[in-house]
Amino acid sequence: MKAIGKVLASREDTNSPFDVQKIRADFPILQQTVYGKPLVYLDNAATSQKPAAVIEATTRYYSTDNSNIHRGVHLLSERATREYEEARAKAQNFINAAHSKEIIFVRGTTEAINLVANTYGRANVGAGDEVLITAMEHHSNIVPWQMLCEEKGARLRVAPINDDGELILDELEKLLNERTKIVSVAHISNALGTINPVHRIVEMAHHRGARVLIDGAQAAPHATIDVQALDCDFYAFSGHKVFGPTGIGVLYGKASLLEAMPPYQGGGDMIASVTFEKTSYNVLPYKFEAGTPNIAGTIGLGAAIDYVSEIGLENIARYEQGLLEYGTAELSKIPGLRLIGTAREKAGVLSFVLEGIHPHDVGTILDREGIAIRTGHHCAMPVMERFKIPATSRASLAFYNTREEIDALVTGIYKVKEVFGS
Amino acid sequence: MTDLRELYQELILDHGRRPRNFKPLDEANRTAEGFNPLCGDKVKIYVNVDGDEIKDISFQGSGCAISTASASIMTETLKGKTRDEAEELFETFHDLVTGEPAKLDSPELGKLAVFSGVSEFPIRVKCATLSWHTLRAALKGNGEVVSTE
Repeated sequence: MKAIGKVLASREDTNSPFDVQKIRADFPILQQTVYGKPLVYLDNAATSQKPAAVIEATTRYYSTDNSNIHRGVHLLSERATREYEEARAKAQNFINAAHSKEIIFVRGTTEAINLVANTYGRANVGAGDEVLITAMEHHSNIVPWQMLCEEKGARLRVAPINDDGELILDELEKLLNERTKIVSVAHISNALGTINPVHRIVEMAHHRGARVLIDGAQAAPHATIDVQALDCDFYAFSGHKVFGPTGIGVLYGKASLLEAMPPYQGGGDMIASVTFEKTSYNVLPYKFEAGTPNIAGTIGLGAAIDYVSEIGLENIARYEQGLLEYGTAELSKIPGLRLIGTAREKAGVLSFVLEGIHPHDVGTILDREGIAIRTGHHCAMPVMERFKIPATSRASLAFYNTREEIDALVTGIYKVKEVFGS
Repeated sequence: MTDLRELYQELILDHGRRPRNFKPLDEANRTAEGFNPLCGDKVKIYVNVDGDEIKDISFQGSGCAISTASASIMTETLKGKTRDEAEELFETFHDLVTGEPAKLDSPELGKLAVFSGVSEFPIRVKCATLSWHTLRAALKGNGEVVSTE
């Protein structure tokens, strides 16, 4: 994936090794110590850290270019508008969408899914219809559909997963029928790390006349996304997980679908004209962007996309796979540790339980070693239920993590066991 | 590791691993359930109240070492106490774990004083207080499920 508009020297073309120390130097927050120990940040599935380029982009915007966009006639507004729309083009290129009008800026993946459920969903799902999700979904890809189904008298179906945390495709296929209107599925599971065969799922769903939304929150930082190749109808991801600011995300939708959908929020910018008798709506993408957006966040997202594109998503994925393999091997050696989520196709998520020790306690002790992991249900209570556990401890990787940090995690886990005398 | 040792003291680890009064109570006339949605700690408190006295008290549930130990030591401490004493201990315990200048040498605290370290770990306060909030709900008898959120 090359950044739009310029051909940057991408490391994809060379055989130069992935220089993780150089990359780490780009991230100011990684340079600190925590309780006197170096910070080992392994909570990337919750949110990612930001390179200086992203921080500077938002600072520069507020220092020199800040202005409201789209309708100003002065220079600052022109600059702000240009940068905002450039970020849209970057997002379009990032996921290989056909048109920039298919890129809707939202607050994040959660808002993107709610937008689709409330507009496409409300208009197309009726009593007796079905929405199909999976057993590994994040709450943001469950609750909006539950709400829709309850409102419409539709049925929510759930495709099961096996003990490795993989979707059982045969079972998913059996659940598809002519009443299925929407299939919504994670590209990569945040709790288990499973990479789903979304290309096949889209094929199966389209065969039955259903539309597909892909929750790409965990995929955007770790994999190359090509929405045209996937042929998905909707794709959502969050800026803050892909090294951009919080409060910004992208909903991709096929133009024909977005054209037919009613608007989500009403207000300024999404209108063409307003009278008290009648209001007409704006064209795409603005129809779905009411009010002053998170302009700084959008520009920061553009800078984040530039940053990862320059390194190359394929290089990132390759490096992370190596780290994941190392982490999996090392953690598997620890007695009493059980990995949750052992799919054959996995991204850099290491969820585990330690026999006799609650994740909460694991997390607190690791915290004092300077290690940041996440403990709990990870907004995926049904996944915890499926594996009959209250919670997991989850270490999640990004391309600035190192083998030394995995080693520190392992040492930390042994310390936890020591405290508990096991 | 001094900080950690203040939290994970031997007594807490012991009660976390081998909680006392960890069983349902057939003769219970007050029960309540508590839940910490953030981490999945779950507790059910059973109380047998006779007039003003907590004749017997037990608990069930699953959770982290802190929440389990807290429930265990709470049940040990409250057996035979009056409802008023339980309420007072609730306040004292809450002050203790939130770092308020508590009457640390108050004799009623007894083993509960071992939780003083929790005040250094604000994120874990809810673990320590879950069973107490649930106990309170049981005594009030309003049948709500207590949540830490």
